[in-house]
Amino acid sequence: MTKPDSLQFNSNHQLQHLLSIEGLNQALLTEIMDNAESFASLANQPVKKYPILRGKTIVNLFFENSTRTRTTFELAAKRLSADVINMNIATSATSKGESLLDTIRNLEAMHVDMFVIRHALSGAAHFIAQNVAPGISVINAGDGNHAHPTQALLDMFTIRRHKKDFASLRVAIIGDILHSRVARSQIQALSILGAKEIRVIAPKTLLPVEVTSLGVTVSHNLEEGLQDIDVVIMLRLQKERMSGALLPSESEYFSNFGLTPEKLAIAKPDAIVMHPGPINRGVEIASEVADGPQSVILQQVSYGIAVRMAIMSLIMQASDRQPS
Amino acid sequence: MSTLVITGGRLIDPANNIDQVGDLYIKDRRIISRFNRPSDFSAEHTIDAKDHIVCPGFIDLSAHLREPGQTQKATILSETTAALNSGITTLCCPPDSLPINDTPAVTEFILDKVEHANAATVLPIGALTQGLEGVKLSAMVALQKAGCIAFSNDPNPIKNTLVLRRALEYAASHDLCVIIRPEDPWLQNQGCIHEGFQASRFGLQGIPKASEIIAIQQSLTLCELTGCRIHFTQLSCHESVALIKAAKQKKLPVTADVAMHHLFFTEDALNTFDSTLHVRPPFRTKYDRQGLIEGLKTGVIDAICSAHQPHDADAKLGAFPSTEPGISSLETLLPLVLKLVTEHDLSLSQGLAFITQNAAAILNIQEGNLAIGSIADICIFNPEQRWTVNEQNWLSQGRNTPFWGQTLQGKTTQVIKSGTVINA
Repeated sequence: MTKPDSLQFNSNHQLQHLLSIEGLNQALLTEIMDNAESFASLANQPVKKYPILRGKTIVNLFFENSTRTRTTFELAAKRLSADVINMNIATSATSKGESLLDTIRNLEAMHVDMFVIRHALSGAAHFIAQNVAPGISVINAGDGNHAHPTQALLDMFTIRRHKKDFASLRVAIIGDILHSRVARSQIQALSILGAKEIRVIAPKTLLPVEVTSLGVTVSHNLEEGLQDIDVVIMLRLQKERMSGALLPSESEYFSNFGLTPEKLAIAKPDAIVMHPGPINRGVEIASEVADGPQSVILQQVSYGIAVRMAIMSLIMQASDRQPS
Repeated sequence: MSTLVITGGRLIDPANNIDQVGDLYIKDRRIISRFNRPSDFSAEHTIDAKDHIVCPGFIDLSAHLREPGQTQKATILSETTAALNSGITTLCCPPDSLPINDTPAVTEFILDKVEHANAATVLPIGALTQGLEGVKLSAMVALQKAGCIAFSNDPNPIKNTLVLRRALEYAASHDLCVIIRPEDPWLQNQGCIHEGFQASRFGLQGIPKASEIIAIQQSLTLCELTGCRIHFTQLSCHESVALIKAAKQKKLPVTADVAMHHLFFTEDALNTFDSTLHVRPPFRTKYDRQGLIEGLKTGVIDAICSAHQPHDADAKLGAFPSTEPGISSLETLLPLVLKLVTEHDLSLSQGLAFITQNAAAILNIQEGNLAIGSIADICIFNPEQRWTVNEQNWLSQGRNTPFWGQTLQGKTTQVIKSGTVINA
């Protein structure tokens, strides 16, 4: 059985699949961000299309609903001149009883070059990458609570645009870490990039039991936790967490862990505020903060396209160079 | 065949403290003498067992056969044949067939198939409650008369403690043994992995150790109240061993086993979303594995079972949480016992006791020894022979083993089942 970190690379040590941040090194993360930088600067050109992926077919295979991620993947692929198919499987084949593997086999038969996959179960992207035909690439667009590597990369890109040097940064990730694939990937990326401190702030019910083994410090108090922080990352709180007895109520959560202007003032004056979206105003973040001068939330969305263009072109180069 | 002699083998019979090279004499299906040739004995058949171990056939406390109901996974014929060829002459099958074994008709169906298969003996475990629903008691006495050896609600723990109390009381009235795989269903919370480092890393729903510990504490309290004989199966936590130890010191009528693979794997093995390592209870930490091994060494844990769960390939193909738990493990039982013996400084006799005499004692059956006069269920194996787990050497319909492709040491060469020789 292939290890997850080696599964991502082909025999020439090039990135064949992007499944998780785990196993990538600093040089590769930097290369992706550097490439994204050039795509981002081209975004303001009148013609936004590049022929890098002309003739390639990319399938966005979404077993879970998504607007932002799916749209930015689609735009990224189209700006690279690929042919893109969007499949919303949540309302399609698997509800008719088709297995994940059968869905993939059917699409493979249509000579697809790359799958972009979102699935509700951790490990789904690994499973597909292990089972696709050689030469086909898989990008994980979020699997269960496990990983969301492209989101983490666009977050790193956003941080770098504002902060430059990771080694001096203290980053706080606030909210539902337990159920967050974004947080897990961010923690890994920040560790690889050498952030000075990664601090998670949440009640124990929203933290993995052995969260410190991921290389973070822990706080259960937002006021304490925000001290000396350069980057504040808020996570979305799903409404169903109340019914699962994880939290008493949205209002209690907001009063303890919601980011208000007063709380934000505890962090460093030049701290930036991030959120992977979609935001719940008044639940994890106050509107004044989400729309305020320190917020870079909408920049994250625009950078998402450039970062995904950088990832797709890098992976396609690897699969083109791979002897078939 | 009416007379058989097995010559020159190393006879190991933990029940009778025998570990010595010598001959074993069998006549009319029964063992008639050890070491000494009876005066009027003339052997119609001879097995040369030089450099081989000759021991009682193994008794497996938990092996799913999947029939009736899930013959795409396995059949009674395929699994009892695989068992017998691996030296397992007697096995217990849990009640979660489809239909569930909660009526004598299902028990009789199973035993009828077993008879036709003509391989290992099967002792069905009856459902403790009707449909394993944890609401109404099953007709335990009728099931026992039909052939059930014990009663269990696995894989559905009984949530209602009043129902559990009454089930234990009723079983105790008829001196029936209840088998509990301890798991609190609330804390289990649809988990698929130990709640620890890997669960935190992979974002997989964890099963905390508290799930098992609370279930044992609850069952032990009710054991004290009802006096019911309880066998705890497939323990996974260090702390569970301490609880069983304390219960035994209090002279509660409890016994315990551990699944073989829990003695070899920990959560660390789950590095790759490898669904063959998806088991329930989950693999836990090194500390837990060490506790289980200590539990065996000190006699707190009485026996080792295979916890055999054959699956079709589809059951293991998917994202990790969507795959079905369990390992196909009949055929690796012997090599893993031998590995355990080597790695943890046990005598071969100690190791074999876990799958012979000790298992028999839990079930209160006559098998599991080489006593004079007993039915000849015997395993002959070569402890040095290496074999590769592959299609040529595998009989179970379920190929879901983490050892696939690996070379293991220790192979059954012949099995005697009720006096009949089977060449494995």
